Amino acid sequence: MNRRDVVKAGAAALAFGTLGRGASVAFAGVAEGAAYRNLLVLVELKGGNDGLNTLVPIDDPGYARLRPKLAIARDQSIRLSDRAALHPSLAALLPLWGRRELAILQGVGYPEPNLSHFRSIEIWETASRSDQLLADGWLARAFARRPVPESFAADGVVVGGNELGPLAGGGTRTIALANPEQFLRRAKLAAPSGERRNAALAHILKTEGDIVQAAAHLDGNHPFTTTFPTSPFGNAVKTAARVVANEAGVAVVHLSLGSFDTHANQAATHARLLEDLARGLAALEAAMREIGRWDRTLVVTYAEFGRRPKENLSGGTDHGTASVQFALGGRVAGGLYGAAPSLDRVGDGNLAHAIDFRQVYATVLDGWWTGDSRAVLGARYETLPILRA
Amino acid sequence: MLRSWSRAVPILACASLAHAGTPIGDDGARHLLARTGFSPTAAEIAVYAPLDRPAAVARALGTGRTTTLIQAPAALTDASPIRPPREGASVEERKAFAQEQIRAGIAMRGWWLAEMIATDAPLVERMTLFWHNHFVSSQQKVRVAKLMYRQNVTLREHALGDFRALLHAASKDAAMLVYLDGVRNRRGAPNENFAREVMELFTLGEGHYTEDDVKEAARAFSGWSLDRESGTFVFRRALHDAGEKTVLGRTGRFDGDAVLDLLLERPQTAEHIVAKLWREFVSPDPEAAAVRHIAADFRRSGYRITVALAHLLESDAFWSPDQRGALVKSPVELVVGTLRSLEVVPDDATPFAFAAAGMGQNLFSPPNVKGWRGGDAWIDASSLLARKQFVETLARYEEARPGMRATVAGADAMGVRPARALLAPQPTIAIDLDDDARARQTRIARALDRAFRELGFSATRWLGSLPGDTPAAKRRSAQAILLPLPPAGSGATFVPDADALAFVRATLLDPVYQLK
Repeated sequence: MNRRDVVKAGAAALAFGTLGRGASVAFAGVAEGAAYRNLLVLVELKGGNDGLNTLVPIDDPGYARLRPKLAIARDQSIRLSDRAALHPSLAALLPLWGRRELAILQGVGYPEPNLSHFRSIEIWETASRSDQLLADGWLARAFARRPVPESFAADGVVVGGNELGPLAGGGTRTIALANPEQFLRRAKLAAPSGERRNAALAHILKTEGDIVQAAAHLDGNHPFTTTFPTSPFGNAVKTAARVVANEAGVAVVHLSLGSFDTHANQAATHARLLEDLARGLAALEAAMREIGRWDRTLVVTYAEFGRRPKENLSGGTDHGTASVQFALGGRVAGGLYGAAPSLDRVGDGNLAHAIDFRQVYATVLDGWWTGDSRAVLGARYETLPILRA
Repeated sequence: MLRSWSRAVPILACASLAHAGTPIGDDGARHLLARTGFSPTAAEIAVYAPLDRPAAVARALGTGRTTTLIQAPAALTDASPIRPPREGASVEERKAFAQEQIRAGIAMRGWWLAEMIATDAPLVERMTLFWHNHFVSSQQKVRVAKLMYRQNVTLREHALGDFRALLHAASKDAAMLVYLDGVRNRRGAPNENFAREVMELFTLGEGHYTEDDVKEAARAFSGWSLDRESGTFVFRRALHDAGEKTVLGRTGRFDGDAVLDLLLERPQTAEHIVAKLWREFVSPDPEAAAVRHIAADFRRSGYRITVALAHLLESDAFWSPDQRGALVKSPVELVVGTLRSLEVVPDDATPFAFAAAGMGQNLFSPPNVKGWRGGDAWIDASSLLARKQFVETLARYEEARPGMRATVAGADAMGVRPARALLAPQPTIAIDLDDDARARQTRIARALDRAFRELGFSATRWLGSLPGDTPAAKRRSAQAILLPLPPAGSGATFVPDADALAFVRATLLDPVYQLK
């Protein structure tokens, strides 16, 4: 009996009502996947976030030159070091920075960058080279190699939206979820049995099975005292927190925020998005502390690319390359990593990367999940020293 | 029209000749109608079943319709100037404008969905939707509902026309110029957004152009702009970069139209479009050799869209038994098809547009410039449950309110839709900018609930209207109409003595109902 058969058998048993809510299905392999008790929260900054106006090279004369309209004023920025300052809308992240639980990764990108949203996010999601097409998401590959315990409610939960991104392919048990109560109410309509006559029908039947399995475990109603922002992103963070509060567990939660594709009139939009991000992440931290999970939570942001250093004449920025990403969590070693962007000779061009994004993934796979990143990523990428023991 | 095409393609003409004279039958008619329109009724199937392949395909393609049956709300069609708030406008002015656009946008969604439910040319609406998902714009960014409406009118006008004219029209369309920042692209300050997407998504496809091509093409498109009051296309010579550009290896003082023509000269453009049509109408996996062949003919025909479609719909791949039920219905197809095949017509279609949005397809607001991904991606745990909840609710009201059977909103006899004033009614949903997300959801759910109740669907009456001498025969007809394949659910779900409602509900909840 392979893993997929186990899922089917469990789902079938549940479909016939032999197992009530709270009942557990005994599967083998729980200890083997214990590393997945370490939760990964991925936050996708959809559309490509402007790194230069996120972590600002505030004293670099190149910055003001490239950003005559969009430069963040020195007296408004939040200074973090002798060279770098945060966008003022990220103020909600300051307590995390003060506790040294916020790592800021500078210049995350990859060689021969592609400036198409779709191709570049595909590169990020499949952890491929720029010239290489891979079918499955990097997390799907990781879970195929080392499965998440069957006792988990699901491998991953995608909150809001229906793009499975790094969880796509490879038969992961991924639940796209907007509202947990509604999910549980509707789950009784799932009908997971039947003959898989074609690929589309097989996909539907598998989804029906995943629903039954997740519904048997997800309790959508943990009473948090944490206050969540009322924005859609705040709501998504709240849903994520409630999913994680359940004992059955998930290995990955995926959140997204956007659109950061600020080709025109960037300033106000970008400020609003960054504030939304910062307040949402701060609420997530508070909620995870509240249930004692912060030490076993690692939050990592990603985006397809950054923006062009030189602003355009629409008060916006066009597609760029390397950008700034955040990693935060109870066991994160806070600080600045990578290298500040060198703006001297950038002209109309784009930035070179200092950290390969696959180093971030290797850090998750090897450091956070004590796995084998080389097997998943197809090459050895040096991990980043952003995790404390 | 089809005859001249046959001469041009002797090989395929032979293939279709082999099927000339053989009726496609009920099963074939259902397949063709479900793939080229929305789920058919028994009456529509009866019309197509006696036709042979070429005749059936010709009939599906042969509509002359280029406008809608239902008149759009006045807020979208009137000639009054658009007057977006100027720089320095007060918060109140901005808010009032935004609120007006949201209101008009809701009415617009209801209008289009109503048209899909009522239309006598389903393929025209399917193709309009296909082009909406190709030449993507979204009201999220464009904001002005009227511009989205005008784009929809343009896409419908060319839906089954010629792709060259469509590409030029869609590129100069106001909503497109806003959505992909064309209006901001000017001499000395290029904005590359449109130039990149027109190559990557609208014509050549990824990998068939370089970054330099994008930069150079952006210069050619500079100066394409909009009149602020009327929202119509204007060419601003002063903002146009008239210098020499090199695009796809050709050098000249190209303007935007010239670059579009360069893109149309490339074989990859026709192949890109044909492969996409293949995925929409035939199967998830286009056959490369067949795509190249059809694309060559498509290009030779002067990019006549019906030429490409006729090839695809007459192909053996389309009619292969393996392809029955091999594609996932989009949310709009599920919603419109369910109402059409159960022969119920809502007074106001707006709540049903919201229902489709809840399943992942908010008309006029695709998620990004690549559009809805479609195919298997329509189905995830939450969208599948929303889809099931939709059909479950529809079939619920007969049970809950037997009294509703008397007040029929749907058709009285098979295939006859109630005569209605062909005007989009006032939407029954109002969205307030100040609503929080939860209040909005509650309001939408209530409106949808009311709309379902007012449909007054009766499973007993609908089943009774179907072909068949016995109740069992009528139920076989019902499944043959609703499902592209036999039900996947266990036989136990289909107990013969279940009442009409339980039977219809079980059929609609079967996983196979999600397919076309």
